[in-house]
Amino acid sequence: MIQLPDVEQLLQQMEADLRQTLARRGVTDPVMVGIRTGGVWLAEQLNQRLGLSGPLGELDISFYRDDFSRLGLNPRVKPSSLPFDTEGRDIVLIDDVLMSGRTIRAAMNEIFDYGRPASIILAVLMDLGKRELPIQPDVTGQVVSMAPNQRVKLRGPAPLRLELRETSE
Amino acid sequence: MNVTTEQSSPSLALVGGRLASTGEPATVLIRNGEIAELAAPGARSQADTTIDINGCLISPGFVDLCCNLREPGNGQKGNIASESRAAAHGGFTTLCASPETSPVNDSGAVTNLILDVAAKRSAVRILPIGAITRGLEGDLLSDLAGLSGAGCVAMGNGSRPVRNARVLRRCMAYAQTFGLTVMFSPENHALAADGYAHDGLVTSRLGLLGIPEVAETASVMEMLLLAEETGVRLHLSQLSCARSVEMLVEARRRGVAVTADVAMHQLLFTDEALSGFDSRYHVRPPLRSETDRQALLAGVREGVIDAITSQHLPHDSAAKQAPLAATEPGLSTIETVLSMGLMLVARGELSQQQLLRALTEGPASVIGRTARLEPQAPADLCVFDPAAVWTPSAKTLCSAGLHHPFPPRSLPSQTLPGVVRLTLCNGATAWSS
Amino acid sequence: MTAQDTSTTSLQLTEEGQLRHFLTLDGLDRALLTDILDTADSFIEVGERSIKKVPLLRGRTVVNLFFESSTRTRSTFELAAKRLSADVLNLDINTSATSKGESLSDTLLNLEAMASDMFVVRHSQSGAPHFIAESVTPGVAIINAGDGRHAHPTQAMLDMLTIRQHKGRFEGLKVAIVGDILHSRVARSQIRALQELGAAEVRVIAPATLLPRSVEALGCTVEYDMTRGMKDLDVVIMLRLQKERMEGALLPSEREFYRLYGLSREKLALAHPDCIVMHPGPINRGVEIESAVADGPQSVILDQVTNGIAIRMAVMSMAMGGQMADRNRQSLERKVL
Repeated sequence: MIQLPDVEQLLQQMEADLRQTLARRGVTDPVMVGIRTGGVWLAEQLNQRLGLSGPLGELDISFYRDDFSRLGLNPRVKPSSLPFDTEGRDIVLIDDVLMSGRTIRAAMNEIFDYGRPASIILAVLMDLGKRELPIQPDVTGQVVSMAPNQRVKLRGPAPLRLELRETSE
Repeated sequence: MNVTTEQSSPSLALVGGRLASTGEPATVLIRNGEIAELAAPGARSQADTTIDINGCLISPGFVDLCCNLREPGNGQKGNIASESRAAAHGGFTTLCASPETSPVNDSGAVTNLILDVAAKRSAVRILPIGAITRGLEGDLLSDLAGLSGAGCVAMGNGSRPVRNARVLRRCMAYAQTFGLTVMFSPENHALAADGYAHDGLVTSRLGLLGIPEVAETASVMEMLLLAEETGVRLHLSQLSCARSVEMLVEARRRGVAVTADVAMHQLLFTDEALSGFDSRYHVRPPLRSETDRQALLAGVREGVIDAITSQHLPHDSAAKQAPLAATEPGLSTIETVLSMGLMLVARGELSQQQLLRALTEGPASVIGRTARLEPQAPADLCVFDPAAVWTPSAKTLCSAGLHHPFPPRSLPSQTLPGVVRLTLCNGATAWSS
Repeated sequence: MTAQDTSTTSLQLTEEGQLRHFLTLDGLDRALLTDILDTADSFIEVGERSIKKVPLLRGRTVVNLFFESSTRTRSTFELAAKRLSADVLNLDINTSATSKGESLSDTLLNLEAMASDMFVVRHSQSGAPHFIAESVTPGVAIINAGDGRHAHPTQAMLDMLTIRQHKGRFEGLKVAIVGDILHSRVARSQIRALQELGAAEVRVIAPATLLPRSVEALGCTVEYDMTRGMKDLDVVIMLRLQKERMEGALLPSEREFYRLYGLSREKLALAHPDCIVMHPGPINRGVEIESAVADGPQSVILDQVTNGIAIRMAVMSMAMGGQMADRNRQSLERKVL
């Protein structure tokens, strides 16, 4: 049985790493975008902790998923909301769990439909190391390796905690 | 079924069955195409051939006042051979052939042609109905005396209306001159307009074009008044409305010489069958409401409606391969009439006696004939097993028509009660299984 | 709901209850109708982006099969399909050539040979999209863009979206539909949608010649007098009146119709002060509605047009998704076998 990390500790880790990364890249005025739903909760936290003044972007990637042709449309789709001009901006993209990388691909495709950003920095709470696409996070709370039948999910919005589920396959 | 042949002479005994009319066990002895004797069971018959029909009921062969044989015609939708065989499978021994053929049966020559083909290829008795107006156009009288002389048992206009009341009145008066029976399907053309479904809840919901009841009842009223005035013997074909039955009762009470029939599917289905745009149930007159169905059943129970018909109208596949409004009306029903009737009996909506009367003696009397099991009567009979079940399918059905009412979409697999084991027409085997 | 209506439901929905065709609102429950509205809300947001396109139907072919011409409706379906990244083929088929059913079947066979994934069908006969849905190869989604007098479900849903935007709810709303109910597929779908979504009252206002038989059985209240019928209304929906209605003795004249059933400022003043005015278009000014009302502050007619694209995107992607899920399930089942 894996011991799941504490979300608060990971957030502190992410905050510190993000500050470093932004400084290294010379990004002074980033906008933060969370991927629904877990990524949005984390983005709210990080936005506050980094003291960013701007509004938060929320992405619902249902219209960009590459498994539409297998599963059909997610019936719980909500409008995405990027309440700022993304053209030429530095975007910090936040997600909770990075697995195959497909969600991030969909999210980047969606972001580009709003305009051409200057850069995208990817920050994730957990990286399960099961990549199927050449996508790497810039900031990672923790790398965790899990058995094939195990799934981890972020529960929230308050308190934020991680939950482990085992599938039958 | 065990068949034992003792000698070569053509007499036949049916043993082990019961009379459908009374339920009593009986042996039926048939000789020279006639019923020779109805004997008590166990009586040693002198028959050459004996057929054991244990568990089956014996009824006079069914008589259909409205059947479309599609011959003469182009043959795609059926012909006399295919449809008469289907009729025999359904237990029918007498068919009144609709004049709606191509060419229309509006002359003695066409009647003779039908009877010639029937003599060669039909398994059952075919009695043509003559077209009362030329080409069924509703404008000019046909040679009614000629048609009658050639063998037509009644005159009618098929499913087509005679739009002009003056022509209708003259049709009746002229037919009355020769003592002919006229058969009409009552429908006021202007009120029916472009409709193709009962004007009620289902048409409102599905946005179908309705035929209001008044399209039928206004025509029934007109016909009853004209029949009363002209004194013609009027038969109203394929009633569909409760109000029509009421008017029929009232007219009979006044002594108008009027009889009537209803199509079997009108007694079993309602307009709800069209839900989901099921074009099979596009029939004319349209399937109506439950209230109408109940009134029609009551009419049959009380004998106000004399006959139940098949209104058999076989079609090829293309006829129903379209949006509902563009499909042709009509169902292939003659092989399932008995089963539909037995379903009504099982539900308690008709008694077996009422059902059989409306399939035999009732329709026979409309055309001045009888249909009884009695000595010297023609050996037209139907032997069926009321307890057996069957499933209509391309394998089990004989009609060229591809659209029969079963199974409805709501009951994807449904077996039907009542299997016809033997149909005899003039003592000859028209169907056996 | 009768037993036989289940055939329509099983035609239209997958085993999991996803849309696979969109033929009628009959048999669709409140949850599914709400999903359609919610999904459309997301597509409205897509329409505000610099690139108003999502890749859901990329590589799919959508055929607009219009047996009855309608440039407006066809254009919104075309734009919706293109914003979903589909390839779109517009076919306006002369109805006189296909008035016989055999030809319609033949037309379909030809179109299937083009490997289409979706047919958007408009036809003058009620039930034509049903017939097509039953006839086509499995995997092809059929969207009803209006059939005869039967249904116009995307129009009704865009109207529902417009009502929800302005009223925020359906519960408790009093809605009137005014005019030619008899011939209106829009009205039939609206009545059904409003009832399923919980409107307090759906009132139809028309002379008896323009009302279907048993309209009360559809769950509506009937009002012949418009001045009485306007009382307490939250929403008034005006229907288009075709000129032909004067010919079949259904109505005496446009003038008399407007006087009795046209929406003037005076009549609108009888409704709730915040009553919204809707019309599926195209408008006959001075026949169904006074210009000052059509262009006035209570009119939401232009919102309806914007919402039309989003609703069609929602329905097309949901139905295509249902078909994809069906195909995927079947291929998995084949693997198991």
